[in-house]
Amino acid sequence: MITAAIGQPVSRVDGRKKVTGGATYAAEFDVPNVAHGSIVRSTVASGRITVIDSSAAEKAPGVIAVLTYRNAPKLAYAEHHGTTDPAVGERLHVLQDDRVNHQGHPIALVIAETLEQAIHAATLIRATYASEAGAIDIGGVEPVPPTGEASKWETRRGDPEKALTSAEVKVDNSYVIPRENHNPIEMHATIAAWDGDRLTLWDKTQWVDGVADEIAAVFGIPAENIRVASPFVGGAFGSGLRAWSHVTLAALGARVAKRPVKIMLSRREMYYGTGYRPHTVQRVALGASRDGHLAAIVHDAYHETSGYEDYTEALLDATRFLHSCPNVYTRDRLARLNVHTPTWMRAPGEVSGVFALETAMDELGVALKMDPIELRLRNEPEQDEYKNLPFSSRSTKECYRIGAERFGWSQRSSEPRSMRDGGLLVGWGMATATYPMNFAPASAMARLLPDGTAEVAAAASDIGPGTWTSMTQVAADALGLPIDQVKFTLGDTSLPKTPPQGGSMTMASVGSAVQAACRKVREDALARGGANDLAEAMRHIGEPIEVTVDSKPGDASQRFSMHAFGGVFAEVAIDPDLGQTRVRRIVGAYGAGRIINPKTSRSQCIGGMIGGIGMALMEHSVVDPRSGRVTNANFAEYAIPVHADAPAVMDVTFVDEHDPHVNPLGVKGLGEISIVGIAAAISNAVFHATGKRIRELPITPDKLL
Amino acid sequence: MHPFTLERPRDLSAALAFRAQAGRNDAAAEYIAGGTDMIQLLQEDVRKPERLVSLAGVLDDGIDIGPQGLRLGASATMAEVAAHPGVVEQFPVISEALFASASPQVRNQATMGGNVLQRTRCPYFRDVGYAACNKRSPGSGCAAIGGENRWNAVFGTSDNCIAAHASDLAVALVALDASVEIRSATGQRIVPFADFHRLPGDTPHIETVLEPGEVIAAITVPAHPVARRSHYLKLRDRASFEFALVSAAVALDIDGDRIREARVALGGVGTKPWRVPKVEAALAGAGLDPEVLRKAAAHAVEGAQGRGGNTFKIELMQRAIVRAVETAGGRA
Ligand SMILES: Cc1cc2nc3c(=O)[nH]c(=O)nc-3n(C[C@H](O)[C@H](O)[C@H](O)COP(=O)(O)OP(=O)(O)OC[C@H]3O[C@@H](n4cnc5c(N)ncnc54)[C@H](O)[C@@H]3O)c2cc1C
Ligand code: SF4
Repeated sequence: MITAAIGQPVSRVDGRKKVTGGATYAAEFDVPNVAHGSIVRSTVASGRITVIDSSAAEKAPGVIAVLTYRNAPKLAYAEHHGTTDPAVGERLHVLQDDRVNHQGHPIALVIAETLEQAIHAATLIRATYASEAGAIDIGGVEPVPPTGEASKWETRRGDPEKALTSAEVKVDNSYVIPRENHNPIEMHATIAAWDGDRLTLWDKTQWVDGVADEIAAVFGIPAENIRVASPFVGGAFGSGLRAWSHVTLAALGARVAKRPVKIMLSRREMYYGTGYRPHTVQRVALGASRDGHLAAIVHDAYHETSGYEDYTEALLDATRFLHSCPNVYTRDRLARLNVHTPTWMRAPGEVSGVFALETAMDELGVALKMDPIELRLRNEPEQDEYKNLPFSSRSTKECYRIGAERFGWSQRSSEPRSMRDGGLLVGWGMATATYPMNFAPASAMARLLPDGTAEVAAAASDIGPGTWTSMTQVAADALGLPIDQVKFTLGDTSLPKTPPQGGSMTMASVGSAVQAACRKVREDALARGGANDLAEAMRHIGEPIEVTVDSKPGDASQRFSMHAFGGVFAEVAIDPDLGQTRVRRIVGAYGAGRIINPKTSRSQCIGGMIGGIGMALMEHSVVDPRSGRVTNANFAEYAIPVHADAPAVMDVTFVDEHDPHVNPLGVKGLGEISIVGIAAAISNAVFHATGKRIRELPITPDKLL
Repeated sequence: MHPFTLERPRDLSAALAFRAQAGRNDAAAEYIAGGTDMIQLLQEDVRKPERLVSLAGVLDDGIDIGPQGLRLGASATMAEVAAHPGVVEQFPVISEALFASASPQVRNQATMGGNVLQRTRCPYFRDVGYAACNKRSPGSGCAAIGGENRWNAVFGTSDNCIAAHASDLAVALVALDASVEIRSATGQRIVPFADFHRLPGDTPHIETVLEPGEVIAAITVPAHPVARRSHYLKLRDRASFEFALVSAAVALDIDGDRIREARVALGGVGTKPWRVPKVEAALAGAGLDPEVLRKAAAHAVEGAQGRGGNTFKIELMQRAIVRAVETAGGRA
């Protein structure tokens, strides 16, 4: 009898490889005869290149080629908007004309024998610009509605303005989240190698198929001609969801140099060559009756985007359904600036919108003198009031109950500044978390071998959640095999197609395909082998048998509103004289459907909690409003939490939740909900500790003096 | 990164000769010790020497404590000094300043000489994408004034440069009246640490009194009653592994519950490690009463000039002084 692998805290099947250096990351593939590329980037935010002098670079030792807009081959840049690209606008074209759209716009590519030679030659290129005024400072532009379907950006239910005016209790404030960068440990890197008209890309990506499609469109070649490999990714948090310009440049460079080319971005380049979480400004006004029933919500937001693409994210989605309220207005607008396009960053939109909403809810609780959990319970909706659909499952109440119990919430004294530990002010805060259940079509292959073991594969990615491991578990159970007899493979376009590893949808989408493929191959084997025992059946068959199965969502999303929910609680200790805030404990309780692997799931959640600490207390890409350059584009001055910032207590509970509607596995995804609400819980705790409401993140010491 | 030749001289005189040849021309040759700062500057194209002259193995790496005080060889690493039992016991402010610096990996590699000569963290200095930086290219202007200057100094600034000195160790050293032992081909000279770094004035690119062809051979700290009761307080946005927003090095000689003598220096706020003698004078004879300490600390603001992003430091540094004095005062 084999115990089910699903639900077991299985250690990472690739863990040993990772800690012994056996896992190969994009830049580490040993491609013979590889040359090195270094990108030269603009030092103005807007304008035209008037002169670009590459003569010194061309003569520098080891240089194979220098490409600028003047000599670079023209690229097809065929119309293509992948699901991770902004739907409106046109992606950045590189080395095709003299335009500069943002600071750090690639203006040249140097290819040389060694990395050092390429980097050196790149410093010898001289450019002068006809600089244009441009718009850089988000404070200096009038936000405009995004292009396209207005109903997506502006929604109204009931009469929110009137309800707000007549509400017994009101809070109305603005919340600011600055630009943040993903800052994965592994820098983005691509190795490109052409073989005739076929291209191989070793790339750091969250979506091998998306890279193939984009590069195919850029070069005007069929996607089938492109193989993308990305077996291991050293963190990405969304930065790997699009194929950025360096991927194009690597392929272009390799074509010109007629040999493989590797490009790895420097840490500084990561702030210009990939996207970021946009700076957002959000007004949230809440009106309520004295007994704490919401009467009105106005959530009016804008955020930065580039001049060439309308990046929009789910900033307002949660506001429309999280709490019950008859009168709701939401609006999102764009500040179009001479910056590069923002992109998805862990819980894009949700984490920012929920920060504003859940801080405002806390402010309402204070105004009402009502416990924040009680306030939320009073506004618990019967159904999704925006979509007018029942929830497939919603465990908020259970999350609040369990989270509060594990946190010891009942011991909280409600007055700000009323809890102390020696000279420190102690604060307790909470917030609600939510993230949609996303489920996209995916395919998977399962193959049984005569020795009774199995090979299972899908394109997919594993940017850290443990996909290698959890898919092995799903496959093992569906095959009826122990996990050590199942070999799962991912990260290659030669494998069956999957959606991007984003939106917390991998387990729902790829997991469902893996399960279906494994079930099918097992059935086939038993039928063909004429046995009830799989090993025996395979012995009879005597050769490998294989199936590839496509899985896709049914119509559940038309019948249900499907989301994961959570209740998160934070304790901070603040030195009132020195403004130093430390998070001491975070407790999170989540209703996220079925938990495939409690160990990697917990890791996801503590990663999200630590990410939330960064967002609340320190992360900030400081853009110089005069130039558009990111002044702290390095790891010394862009602070992310270090070990000493991670609290000793990060308590994660998954409440029992059986949701038969979401997908065959009953999972909801965890990667993103784990960061949602954390910054709000912390900022609410800071208020509770100090009586100061900091509405602009991050909450650094200077703001608490 | 500019290509360079790495020279590994066999002894100090050979090392001195390389640098002496280059004269004032940094582009010809520069020293490298642990390399933890130099390599960043090379990679970012901020420094472009033709030759890097390694000081590895040619300078003293000893840590000696005697009746005269403490002597730190220029090649002693931050890690060795921080953990040295004599330093921990008799000069806690030095040990604490070092343990609050960088990370274990950096401290294992970085040296005393390199530490006090590390260049500013001013973001405009380290990003060659900005043309204007008088320290990097003399006469080009200063992007930090009127820019994002949260990381910059409020003391000792000029219209040409407001860059903060980044070393924590240096703050402790200036508080303890340390001296720098400077060696050249022609001999040796001793410079008080307080006079070693220069104010930016209109030559912010010249940061110390070191002449071409000179090296730091050692740093000495005199024995003094204040050293034992000393403390380093460092404030920053995260708990560890970050340069100071504001820091305070405090050393006290206490008689009963009165301060007999105090030394106070500040980090993160000065264009060089910043002593505050007026605060020291106000503390002399004072009790450890918070009100009294607060009043004494208020003397620190004299001469401070905020530029927007860094103005909060003027308040924060006073609070840091009070806390650091309280902590040192409570020390057995
Ligand atoms: C990630 C990181 C974090 C850091 N955080 C902190 C921090 O929190 N606090 C802090 O104080 N510092 C911090 N630092 C800076 C660190 O302390 C310095 O980089 C280090 O002390 C420099 O020593 P080094 O031996 O590596 O010097 P190098 O980098 O080799 O040299 C630095 C400079 O000193 C010159 N030089 C070195 N030795 C001599 C000598 N004997 N005589 C003459 N010239 C000499 C070199 O020419 C060069 O100009 C950090 C550094 C890093 C990389
Ligand atoms: S403060 Fe000094 S180092 Fe910074 S930009 Fe100005 S001149 Fe350069």
